Order: sequence, then C-alpha cells, then structure tokens
Amino acid sequence: MVVAGRAGHALLALAAAGIATMPLWASHYHLQLASTALVAAMFALSLQLLVGAGGMVSLGHAAFFGIGAYAIHLLPPGLSVLATLPAAAALAGLAAAVVGALSLRTRGFFFLMTTLAFGQMLFFVFHDTPLGGGKDGVFVTRPALELFGLVLEVPRRSRPAVMLWLNLGLLVLMYAGLALLMRTLFGRALLGIRANEDRMRALGYNTRRVKLAAFVAAGMLAGVAGHMQAMTEAFVNPELLGWHRSAEGLLMILLGGLGALHGPILGAFAFIGLAEAGTLITERQRLVVGLVILAAVLALPGGLAGLRLPRRERRQPAPAAVEAARP
Amino acid sequence: MSGLFAQVLNGLQYGLLLFLISSGLTLVFGVMGVINLAHGSLFMIGAYLAFVIARWSGSLWLALPAAIAGGILFGALLERTLFRRFRTREHLDQVLLTFALILLFEEARSMLLGNDFHSVPVPAALDFSVPVTADFAYSAYRLAVLALCVLVAALMFLALERTRMGSAVRAAAEKPEMVELLGLDARRIHTLVFALGTALAMLAGALAAPLQSVYPGMGDKFLIISFVVVVVGGVGSVAGAFWGALLIGLVDTLGKAYLPELAGLAVYMLMAAVLLWRPSGLFARGA
Repeated sequence: MVVAGRAGHALLALAAAGIATMPLWASHYHLQLASTALVAAMFALSLQLLVGAGGMVSLGHAAFFGIGAYAIHLLPPGLSVLATLPAAAALAGLAAAVVGALSLRTRGFFFLMTTLAFGQMLFFVFHDTPLGGGKDGVFVTRPALELFGLVLEVPRRSRPAVMLWLNLGLLVLMYAGLALLMRTLFGRALLGIRANEDRMRALGYNTRRVKLAAFVAAGMLAGVAGHMQAMTEAFVNPELLGWHRSAEGLLMILLGGLGALHGPILGAFAFIGLAEAGTLITERQRLVVGLVILAAVLALPGGLAGLRLPRRERRQPAPAAVEAARP
Repeated sequence: MSGLFAQVLNGLQYGLLLFLISSGLTLVFGVMGVINLAHGSLFMIGAYLAFVIARWSGSLWLALPAAIAGGILFGALLERTLFRRFRTREHLDQVLLTFALILLFEEARSMLLGNDFHSVPVPAALDFSVPVTADFAYSAYRLAVLALCVLVAALMFLALERTRMGSAVRAAAEKPEMVELLGLDARRIHTLVFALGTALAMLAGALAAPLQSVYPGMGDKFLIISFVVVVVGGVGSVAGAFWGALLIGLVDTLGKAYLPELAGLAVYMLMAAVLLWRPSGLFARGA
C-alpha cells in the first residue's frame, strides 16, 4: 500500500476544499449526502489500516463502527462532543481488543470467519438485549458542540453545514494521522507482515502484537466514524453493526483501490454516488450494489486509485501485494 | 426429564442440518480454496424451492429430489461460470464476489416471490407424533429429518472413504497441487465438489422449510452459524464439520432452552473458548 505523493495530496486537498465550500452552493439534501459519504470514507479508511496495510480481511469491522455509534446512546445525554468522541473510540477500541485477541489466533480464511462471527455476536447484543434500545433502533440526542467551555448553539437551518465541516475535518485528521503512521516503524512492520509474516517473525518482530495494535487502532477509528454517523443522523439501529456494512466497507476499499491509502476515500464517494444514482433508476438498491460489485471485481482489480498506474502493472494478479512486497 | 430429551433430539436434528450446510462450505474451501459467502443463500434457495413446489403440488416430497437435482445443476453452473475464475484470486475478491451473489439472489427472491414470511406444511404422511416413552411423543417429521440426515452423512463418508473419486476429493482437500501431479482432472473434482456442496445446502433448506417459516435473509443466519461450526470443528475436514455441527446444534438448542438470558450468545462463547484453547479447531487433523 502506498501513500500518495505531493501531487496526489494537492489534488486531495483541492477536493477537500471543494467539499468545504458546499454549504455555499449545495442544497441541504446534498450536504447530508456528502456527510454520509464522509462518514463512509472514515469507516473505509479505518478498515484500510487492516486490509490494505496489514492484509487482514475482516468481516466484523462494522461492529466497532456500531459500538461507536451506540456510545452516544449509552452515555448520558447533553455531554460535550469532546467527551463523547473519545469515549466512543475507547469503547470501540476495547471491543476490538477482545475480538482481535481471539480472532488473531487464526489467519486468512479463518480470520475472516471468526471476525464475521464475533461481529454478528455484537450485532445480536444490540439487536436482542435491552442494552441497545431494541431492534428497531432509537433516536439519540446529539452531543453538544462545546469546545473549551464555549457552547456553540447550532440553529436547525445551519446544522447540515456544521456537520459537514465537522465530518470533513475529522476525515482530514484521520487521513493525515494514518499517512504519518504508515511512515513510522510500526507502519513499515505492518506492511512487512502483509507481504510475508513469517519473515517478519524471523526478523524478531512480535507479529501478533503488531497486528493486534493495528486491529485495536482500526477499531477505535471505526468507533470515531460510528460516533459521527450517530451524531449526523441522531439515530442508531443495530444494522449499523451488521456484517453487510463490513462488506460494503471492503467494497469501498476495492472500488477505490487496495494499493493506496487514499483509495477508500475515493471508493466511499464512488459507492455513495453510485448507490444514489442507482436509486434514481430503480428502487432495488441491492440489485444496483450487487451489479456494481460484480463489475468492480471482474473489471477493476486495481480500483480507482489504480487507474493511473501503467497498464503493465495493472495486469498483475494482485498489484497491491506486488506493491507491498517491494523493499 | 422428557423436556430435556426433546431438547436433545431438537439439538441433534438442528446439528445434522448444520452438518449438511457446513460440510459443503468446508469442502469447497478445502478443495478449491474459495470462500463462498453465498452458501447461506443456496440454503435459502432450497427452502424457497420447497415452498414453491409444496404450494404447487401440495406436498413436500417432490421438493427433496428437486432440491438435490436442482442443486447439482445450479452448483455446476455456478462453478463453471464464476467460481472457477475466482479460485486463484485474493480473499477480498472472493468475499466481494460472493457478497454480490447474496445481494443478487436476495433481490431475485424478492422480485419473484415477494418479501413475506411463508410457512410450509409438514407432509401429511408424517404429520403426527411418535410416542417415544410413556409420557413423551416427538414429531414424526423431525424424526424423519434426523434419519435422512444421518443417511446422507453416512453416504457421504462412504463415498469419501471408499471410492476412487472420494479419495481424489480428500487428496484435493489436503494438498490441491498433488491432484494435478497424480494426473487427475482437478477441474472435474472442483465442479463435482461445488455441485455436491450446493445440492447439500439446498437439500438442507428444503428439509428445514417446514420446521421454520421461509423468510427473507434466512440464509444469513445459517451462513454465520456454519462459519462457527467450521471454526469449532477444524480445518477442511468433513469429520470435523460433523462433530462441530452436532456440538453447535446441541449447545445452541440447549442454551436457548435453559439459559434464555444468554439468547444466541452461547455458541459464540463456545467459539471463543475453542479459539483460546485450540485455535485450529477441536477436530483438526494433528491437533
């Protein structure tokens, strides 16, 4: 997995600036749609730390997203976002530590199955027990925008704009943090494990500990994304934890490109855009999503981020693996 | 006492149905290296096939051979057109391809048959209770399902252990590259295994249809519980799937009956314990 160069980051910054000006020219509906895409991008980006960097394909990642969202429901209402956001990340990280410690005892196909099973277990906790307020979901009170004692009262009319800026700011922070993380020894070790775990162990790395740290970090970031989902929608339901959402996150990564850190962001916007365009044509969203996946898997192995790579490289069976294996 | 007896029978019968589903899942993974998330959808298709046939002919009997024959044809078709091409792709691609199949199968189901819950009547000939002890009677249909599943499991073990094709399949599950070196046609084995797995999943769906209602998304529940079976039972072995399925069937049924506050969590706790104690599964070879 590569981090975009200077030109790539200039383009990404330009896109972010464009989104930031949306309240000046876009309708409330489109502001909300953009917020949905930004939250999806945060979720997919957190999953990329597992899949693209660490080579761990998890089907239970949405559970941590959902726990982050439910944190707002579980905490007393009226708290500042400065309290709820870290709490959501901590709760999701705690769950990820338990699930990760168990699941990482397996690899590959079995890792996939165990993460799926534990993810569904957490789904059932919120679906079947009174803890989560029932299977139909509950409305939640948005955390207060209180920054260092200064309470920001947001009028109803400007809320979509404020949420958009908040989501955009967090996504930029998350991306910058991950881009820096990938340059550290930890990031390099993770990429090494993806390329060849046995060799990394022979080099003296405690590979399971590195993988567990990545799993917990990814879970915490997913919790942040989930918190923003609940704060944007003011509503949570158990479907937020369901494994279909995990699969959608993987789809965003594949759409955007497994081989680049910014791939999932492109993929999330492409996915939300395609799903939105699909609903204009047909009510049957599953049909649209299913066909999009088939097309992506069959025709676009490098994802959107891979489109500009030379043809020769795109023909390789697994460009991301080749990329990661390079010294 | 008779309550416990009934729950144990229910658990065994549920476990045997799980075996029909998870043996296909584990064989397809073992032999082809393919993760098939749509395996639960095949179960769902079998159940809906039984519902349609039972409504049309008035009886479930025709549905069982139809599920087996239809499953073999459908499985062979899927393997030839799609899964063959995905054998050597990365896990992520396989996950997404089969996830897309789930969405498309569900959408097709919704277009053809709608989104309602349906019940399928138990065949009239078996719609009675068998007195097992003096004060306890058990549904004849459930006993018949139990017997049929045991028969299918026995036939499967015989075919795998005693026939040339069976030993080729076992060899393929253990060391796929060996099969080609021995001069066997690996592609035929792949088609056979995938068709067999599909037929078993669809047969399980048809058998389960009268035991529970037929409903949208029913495949998901069975997919995930089959994954738990495979993790608990161990890598790629049919015997592991068999004992794992019985164990999960019993734990789930007894757990729901006697510890309702744990709801469906008992099987996941069992899985966590197995992962801690024996990460490669309880019945894995060499464990």
